[in-house]
Amino acid sequence: MGVKLRTISLVCVLMVFWLLLSGHYTVFLITVGIICCTAVAYFMKSMDVLDEEAQSFHLLGRALIYWPWLLVEICKASIGVAKLILSPSLPISPTMRTVKASQKTALGVTLFANSITLTPGTIAVEREGDGILVHAVTKEGLDELDEGEMDRRATAFEGRA
Amino acid sequence: MELIINVLSWGFILAGSFFYVVGAIGLLRMPDVFTRMHAASTSDTTGAALLLIGMMLQAGVSLVLAKLMMLLFFILFTGPVATHALARAARYAEVEPVLANDGAKPKKVSTTKAKPSKAKAKAKPAKRKAKS
Repeated sequence: MGVKLRTISLVCVLMVFWLLLSGHYTVFLITVGIICCTAVAYFMKSMDVLDEEAQSFHLLGRALIYWPWLLVEICKASIGVAKLILSPSLPISPTMRTVKASQKTALGVTLFANSITLTPGTIAVEREGDGILVHAVTKEGLDELDEGEMDRRATAFEGRA
Repeated sequence: MELIINVLSWGFILAGSFFYVVGAIGLLRMPDVFTRMHAASTSDTTGAALLLIGMMLQAGVSLVLAKLMMLLFFILFTGPVATHALARAARYAEVEPVLANDGAKPKKVSTTKAKPSKAKAKAKPAKRKAKS
């Protein structure tokens, strides 16, 4: 996809966003919307940040496989953390360790790290070598992450290697 | 039909509120910065998501629904970034995480960490004393 096509598609996406947020469909406001969206797209183009990462539509299909799985994981983990908090003895065992991240692109690693942080009970603290330093509230949580299912799924989501 | 939607929506909203309360209790009970962040993340992701889903059911098919969906989308995308920034800041400020067993692995983590400047390295032992 060339830069020109990406600029046009960005203007369209921004315009849809504007229309959904605004809710006032008068000629004046829509004109202002078009001007604003074009200006933002122009600025992004001249800042040279309008690359493939800015519009990762190619990930959308695989996202439909990854997100539901992540949602289930988040639910399970939240119930786990809620149980931890509500149990009178507070049976936590905070652990910090580097977990392997086998993604190739920066986008893939970001995706994996964000998934780790999004799941209650584990936080991605830092990128270290080819892994991610993770702080977990229980040792079991980190061991589960170490088994690598999330890593595998995030790599599959990332796609092209 | 409306009854079912109402019941479902109330269920989601109550569940979301429950997670928010649990997160707040956890925030008070947990021992240090990192573990408190774990408690906060239950309210931050699960609580907020459940509340928004409950509200979506109330909104029906309208512009409000679209806005709520965007809200959910953005919360799920930006939440982890903020959490990560906080965790990283805590690490660079050399906050010593409370760790379960002071065995080999946790110690290894704290020596490889940060790249502290000399001034900071000197300040470190003093900080530890103040804590204990």
